[in-house]
Amino acid sequence: MYNIGGYNEAKTLAEAVTMLAESPQRKLIAGGTDILVKMQHQPVVEQELLSIRKLTELKKIEKREDGTLVLGALVTFTQIANEPILQESVPALVDAAISMGGPQIRNMATLGGNVCNGATSADSASTLFVLNARLHLQSAEGKRVIPIREFYLGPGKVDLKKGEILTEIHIAPEDYRGFSGYYLKFAMRKAMDIATLGVSVACKVKDGRFDEVRIGLGVAGPTPLRCTEAEAYAQGKMMTAEVFAEIARRALTSTHARTSWRASKEYREHLVEELTQRALKVALHRAGGVYHV
Amino acid sequence: MAYSVLGKSVPRVDAVAKVTGKAKYTDDLAGNNMLIGKVLRSPYAHALIKNIDVSKAKALPGVEAVLSYQNIPHIPFATAGHPYSLDPNHQDKADRLMLTDKARFVGDAVAAVVAQDELIAAQALQLIDVEYEVLEPIFSPEEAMREEAPLIHEDTPHNILSTFGYQIGDVEEAFSTSNFVFEGDYETSIVQHCHLENQTSFAYVDGEDRLVIVTSTQIPHIVRRIVGQALGIPWGRIRVIKPYVGGGFGNKQDVTIEPLNAAMTLAVGGRPVKIEYSREEAMLDTRTRHAFKYHLKTGISKEGKIEAIHISAISNTGAYASHGHSIASSGGGKFRFLYTPKSIKYEPVTVYTNLPVAGAMRGYGTPQIFFAFESHLDDIARKLQIDPLEIRQKNFVNIGWTDPISKNRVLSCGIRECLTKGQELIHWDEKRVRYQNQTGDKRRGLGLACFSYQSGTYPVNVELAGARLILNQDGSVQLQIGATEIGQGSDTVFAQMVAEVLSIPVREVHVLTTQDTDISPFDPGSFASRQTYVTGMAVQKAAEEVKAKLLDFVWGMTDIPVQALELIDQNVVYKDSGEVVLPLREVALQTYYDPNFAKPITSDTSNNARVNAMSYGVTFAEVEVDIKTGQINVLEIYNVHDSGKIINPLLAEGQVEGGVSMGIGYALSEQLLFDQKTGKILNNNLLDYKLPTILDTPKIGVGFVETEDPTGPFGAKSLGEPPVITPAPAIRNAVLAATGVAFNRLPLNPQRVFEKFRECGLLS
Repeated sequence: MYNIGGYNEAKTLAEAVTMLAESPQRKLIAGGTDILVKMQHQPVVEQELLSIRKLTELKKIEKREDGTLVLGALVTFTQIANEPILQESVPALVDAAISMGGPQIRNMATLGGNVCNGATSADSASTLFVLNARLHLQSAEGKRVIPIREFYLGPGKVDLKKGEILTEIHIAPEDYRGFSGYYLKFAMRKAMDIATLGVSVACKVKDGRFDEVRIGLGVAGPTPLRCTEAEAYAQGKMMTAEVFAEIARRALTSTHARTSWRASKEYREHLVEELTQRALKVALHRAGGVYHV
Repeated sequence: MAYSVLGKSVPRVDAVAKVTGKAKYTDDLAGNNMLIGKVLRSPYAHALIKNIDVSKAKALPGVEAVLSYQNIPHIPFATAGHPYSLDPNHQDKADRLMLTDKARFVGDAVAAVVAQDELIAAQALQLIDVEYEVLEPIFSPEEAMREEAPLIHEDTPHNILSTFGYQIGDVEEAFSTSNFVFEGDYETSIVQHCHLENQTSFAYVDGEDRLVIVTSTQIPHIVRRIVGQALGIPWGRIRVIKPYVGGGFGNKQDVTIEPLNAAMTLAVGGRPVKIEYSREEAMLDTRTRHAFKYHLKTGISKEGKIEAIHISAISNTGAYASHGHSIASSGGGKFRFLYTPKSIKYEPVTVYTNLPVAGAMRGYGTPQIFFAFESHLDDIARKLQIDPLEIRQKNFVNIGWTDPISKNRVLSCGIRECLTKGQELIHWDEKRVRYQNQTGDKRRGLGLACFSYQSGTYPVNVELAGARLILNQDGSVQLQIGATEIGQGSDTVFAQMVAEVLSIPVREVHVLTTQDTDISPFDPGSFASRQTYVTGMAVQKAAEEVKAKLLDFVWGMTDIPVQALELIDQNVVYKDSGEVVLPLREVALQTYYDPNFAKPITSDTSNNARVNAMSYGVTFAEVEVDIKTGQINVLEIYNVHDSGKIINPLLAEGQVEGGVSMGIGYALSEQLLFDQKTGKILNNNLLDYKLPTILDTPKIGVGFVETEDPTGPFGAKSLGEPPVITPAPAIRNAVLAATGVAFNRLPLNPQRVFEKFRECGLLS
């Protein structure tokens, strides 16, 4: 049951921005897979909706000439999963897309919605952190660009200013070229579940050593996060069991796991250590690298 | 015996209706214009309701009525969907009000509104002011039984609902002479049915001033009785209609929303009112499976014979009795038919707590007791270094055994053959050797568990079943039964039985799938895996009666003696030669239109089944345990059943697959969690309650050992509930074999496995 106080559909981005500026109390709706669930649990609160689902300009995935990947905010998870450009360039994002929800949810849910919902468990988020994604936002006042790591402010809280719409997500060529990546979702079910822990890794190998390692975690703190200490340590290291173990140990220093009825802090931290290594091994395998046991 | 349609996988009679959307469920029939009823629930687990002020809610435009204990009947009633008992000592506990004056769990129904739409109803709920006096809540049965514990129901000392146990022989003496005595503690969790269709009903008063309730139930005739009792109105004034139902698993063998729905329509002058529970409500305020704690003590001889079993059990029934008193008792009763030690003592205690109400759920107390005992037996086998298979083989019941308490006799038993078949299917012997002494991060193991079950509830309840069969003008028949099709396939099985007896195609048997207490024959409903066995007897009887009347009619038409006649392929034929006497169609037409002898052929049969048949089976499971993450992966799982004659193999396989998948959830992931301080349920939704998806379910192997039970219709025994009983202990035993770690508490979810592995030193 929904208490919908008004519903408007914008036909263009310009129109959407204007309509939002006129009535900033309007809630944006795209795929609706998060907002409708929230609304259903608060039937007494009347909500006015502004739909952006018809904005075809935000539904594109493209690779620009300079190699920048541009994903419109309305790109669905199914679209991501099936897109050859992304399969080739950012396989971890494809892993994340496939791991999310079930087929019906993936058909409706949008990448922009997943990010703006602000959940630490958002399957796309840890990978977008690893890819240093840059978010393009637009309002009646103008445009701005913000790195995704600055966008997340707290649980369910993002830096979306009044009247702003997330329009595009950009990934620079230097953030994916030469990298191999993998997203490992650990959940209680193989589908239709939220992650107990999400681990996204990317690595570059040079002369049998890690040239660069990036680790992004979901549900290891109030927001998705990067394991900067572990990443710094990994650079230039040989790919040995000891190094993997040390990377995993250092990954823990970036986390702020807590005990909830879903999982204990101890278990989550144990998973961070174990699964960071597993994800890294898969990424390495994808890179054709050899892991020295 | 050779049959023509029995034993064949004929398509479900409702398959096309269901896949084309033509099958109408309660909500489809309700339409969009009814008044909507909604319930206000207590935020406290234990609280007296001092006052309810509904004035603001009533003043909201669009609100038609606001109900509370102050303005609806205040008659305590029992909700359990049991056949009524005339013996007051055997009647269910009448401890519930439609809207309570004392909240006994978070979610207890304290007030309700009827409004023009759902939104107004939801808004009106917020405007009801309830004044509570909060009391100390109790969530654990042990706490509840303390001398000084507050009483949840004032008339129930120590909060103990029941202690129906039994004793056969002298366990203490048997322990003293046993070579070995083992003890163990085992614990199961609260889980929920998660049927696809939530509880939904609508009610109105018709032109003849009768109260009509359309509801998604397993037990329409019982609903009629209980609504009558709860509202204090004559049972005959009530008409209950059960359309297509989207699953029940026992949760709809209980009366939940119907009495309140009736009170709602009466409050608005008989206008139609609908109640449709959300998933969150259905998981909170219908029924759950009882969590049990067991202490087991078992005496074994040096030959591996079980000499004595002493079972102490504590069952947490939650805030109201529902089926609680009989579930502990029933589980212990069905358990007796598998192994038959000289002495056995069962001491259950069923206790009220301030948690959601536990009631009937597929297996009815057996998944709990078999989890405990089959786990215990593997612990014993491990200590004695006996193959788990062998210790069971040494102790199985024999045909002819009579239960000293119920006097039920084992007249067919295929458990040994089930075990052998499962052993071969999973390659038990080779793999057990292969999986010895593993040390890696991923370890595999095999486990098994056996069960016994019954077909229906005799002699505990009256096992009545009604069937009405009418021969149509064209030689087809109409079949009406009081037993309810709720997805399990009973309508198809009944159609096959009729088709077999009358030698007509299944498509010529028109089964009325809707039960209507004004029209349908009396039958308490679908539960206790009783439909094929108990209702099947009535259906067989009705078909035999129609056949006899038909041949008798032909005798009158042709002067060929009835004993010379037979029905074959829609013809009346000479029994010996098979030569056609008359086509069935022609005879049927004559029964309606012969100027002198017309008399339509019908049968209106009721059968009181004063017998019971034991069904048996085993689960074999192979698991791979990820030591580092605590994840358990079921690689292979086989359920092999002795359910007597299998009437429809495809439907039977479907039952087994569904039950096994439910059992896997019980073993590994499902658990209704509550806040230890407030009693609030934390995960009453399908995101946080980990019901397995199809991707979490391995391919399920199904096997049958077809015995012929002399009491069952065509040799059939029960199958509905049995598949869910043993997957959990089989998986648990496989984990034990793989890791050496004995998990004695369900579910084996990764968090728990992690903790236990740490405790046992498998993880640093």
